[in-house]
Amino acid sequence: MNAELIHRLHFAFTVTFHYLFPQLTMGLALLIVVLKTVALRTGSAQWDRAARFWGRIFGINFVFGVVTGIPMEFEFGTNWARFSRLSGGVIGQPLAMEGVFSFFLESAFLGLFLYGEKRLSKVMHWFSAVMVFVGSWISGFFIIVTDAWMQHPVSYAQLPNGQFEVLSFWQLLLNPWALLQYAHNMTGAVVTASFVMAATGAFYLLDGRIHDYGRIFLKVGVISGVISTILIIFPTGDLHGKYVARNQPAAMAAMEGLFKTEAGADIVLMGQPNEETGLIDNPLVVNDALSFLIYGTTKAEVKGLDQFPHDQWPTALPLLYYAYHIMAGLGTWFVLLMIVAAFLLWRGKIYTVRWMLWLLLISFPLPYIANTAGWLTAEIGRQPWLIYGLMRTSEGYSNTVSASNGLFTLLGFMGLYALLGLLFTVLVYREISRGPEPKEVTAEALHAD
Amino acid sequence: MMGFIWFWLVAVMIVGYVVLDGFDLGVGVLHLFLVRTEAERRATLGSIGPVWDGNEVWLLAGGGTLYFAFPLLYASAFSGFYLPLMIVLWLLVLRGVSLELRNHIDVGVWRALLDGVFGLASALLAIFFGAALANVLRGVPLQADGYFFLPLWTNWQPGPSPGILDWYTVIGGLVALAALTLHGALWLTIKTSGDLAQRARRIVTPLWLIVVLLTVVSLVATIVVRPQSLDNYYSYPFTFVVPVGVVASLAAAWLFNRKMQPVKAFLSSCLYLFFMLAGACWGVYPTLLPATTGSDRDITLSRAISGPHTLAVGLVWWSFGMALAVAYIVFVYSRFKGKADASGH
Repeated sequence: MNAELIHRLHFAFTVTFHYLFPQLTMGLALLIVVLKTVALRTGSAQWDRAARFWGRIFGINFVFGVVTGIPMEFEFGTNWARFSRLSGGVIGQPLAMEGVFSFFLESAFLGLFLYGEKRLSKVMHWFSAVMVFVGSWISGFFIIVTDAWMQHPVSYAQLPNGQFEVLSFWQLLLNPWALLQYAHNMTGAVVTASFVMAATGAFYLLDGRIHDYGRIFLKVGVISGVISTILIIFPTGDLHGKYVARNQPAAMAAMEGLFKTEAGADIVLMGQPNEETGLIDNPLVVNDALSFLIYGTTKAEVKGLDQFPHDQWPTALPLLYYAYHIMAGLGTWFVLLMIVAAFLLWRGKIYTVRWMLWLLLISFPLPYIANTAGWLTAEIGRQPWLIYGLMRTSEGYSNTVSASNGLFTLLGFMGLYALLGLLFTVLVYREISRGPEPKEVTAEALHAD
Repeated sequence: MMGFIWFWLVAVMIVGYVVLDGFDLGVGVLHLFLVRTEAERRATLGSIGPVWDGNEVWLLAGGGTLYFAFPLLYASAFSGFYLPLMIVLWLLVLRGVSLELRNHIDVGVWRALLDGVFGLASALLAIFFGAALANVLRGVPLQADGYFFLPLWTNWQPGPSPGILDWYTVIGGLVALAALTLHGALWLTIKTSGDLAQRARRIVTPLWLIVVLLTVVSLVATIVVRPQSLDNYYSYPFTFVVPVGVVASLAAAWLFNRKMQPVKAFLSSCLYLFFMLAGACWGVYPTLLPATTGSDRDITLSRAISGPHTLAVGLVWWSFGMALAVAYIVFVYSRFKGKADASGH
């Protein structure tokens, strides 16, 4: 068995599952602030209850995010010991900062937000919502800084014992890669939250039960949805893509399936990359578009994989290509859908246009897929490097942990997370079925037994 | 100097974790035995509901701090203790989810199942944390490259090729279980009222006797397993104040509980945990992870420490960030001051 592969899968599986939760909490934190702000300004009890409803869903998500997040920090040491030993002086820093600056803030104010409404003034309760938002977005930032250093190492020196050390703390935090990736990623989180909120609103309207809240959710979800889906393509995705093309040209060539260097490179919309022939099978292309997207002119030369020695090609090349195309394709669908939805909202028709409500409802899983595919693109694109250009993935995993031990715990996580996924679905299903105005009998029913 | 500072900063994070998450682990263990009605159970779990995830942050922040200050130790210990750490992670997952879930489920049988999972996971975590500390005190079979891999158990003897569990580390696990259960009982005497608080107060004495007994046994066992643990104390005799502190704080916890001063009793228990951990740290300092394969393979402070610039920068943001964190924590605890009510919140 290949230990490197097992350790990669171990991290990939646990982090992919983990990120299903924070992408919603980070986006939702912003939308809850919007709901609370409207409630505070208008004094509307309905918007307050709407915020409380999403607070409950946030709370469930948060717990699943916390319990699946703790393993991530441990795995740097358990599964990637040789990497941690050398890189701890750099990336241990943002990871520790995440705990110190964000988690304390977030957990403290979330406790107040969820449990303390009766003990706080209206303004303080609103303030706790804002602090939860700030905490969760700081948390995202430090994780992106960590990843960005692995993607694009800046401001480091290597000590005689091989350990990396930070040269400039601010350059580490303001790594251009980190800023671009942060903007793109956080917009992605807002897209997820917008779709979830809009889909919940659509569900209530289609179900015909909870009209008033359905309208609120639909309105907030579609407005934030149209803004975030545009921002995720332009400027954040566009800028990030250009930066990747300049700094990880081999990754970009593989993402686009560009085997041969071309002036006036075409963009492949669909087709299957064939590693053996070095061609795209069954391609559907737009002439010269790739050169234009990266360099702003249709004649620019784009480096293909032929420019790089084979041992620097991203491993799992087709997976990288498909992940990237799925992300980009879904991103396009999101903009189209949300623009039409926003138009209907503006005309005041959306609440009764059933085909649109259905489209919004069934589209809610898609941002999860797009966010996951985006992260797959970033991390598979980084291969075969663990720290780009400095350390190969094959040099980083724990070689004291055998492949079979790694497989054992990977299977353990898979089983446990299957159970978690089931429980999560049941919990959220219950909250959404009950709606924003749950009957108060439940508390009494509990006391009776 | 930087090494000395960071050694103790990491120790502070560990103490913070044990003192804070310690009481909710203890409550997790206790609620299985102490609670009679659903209302009492909600009050008990409500007393930790708003704070347990914040308490667990200390583990994350402490882990992160260890990672950047002593990367070699982090890499070596985490990969070497691979199997028990994975079990700890699974237990943390189960514990967090079962606590959260039970508030959303209104079928009695399922709630009972979740409560059982929560209590059992809490107990096992306390045992694992104690055993982990005992492993560090006993030492591990480090190879020349600074790595090792421990099986869960070998022959249950703390010799040159031990397992995670041997008679010594099992004692460590039991000390932790008893001490944290006591800690949780004292927390409940503050946060609950009526019958439940009475029962919590009454269970303190038997728990306390067990803790006293196990503390003595563990101290003796540590000296037997690793006689060098006393070297630092003989070199700096004033540090015998630490074991004196252990005895005094333990005595104070019992006395204050008897005199119905629950807050002081709980704080004494915090001090007891602090002195126990500080005493253990001082016993190994400046070694971070002793080798059972010869002291030239010990992972020492100077060998594991990060680069000087990393640590200097870290000190600035760490101090600033932790001051902020303490401010939030004080604020939250002050907002949730007083008894937890039966609605659970």
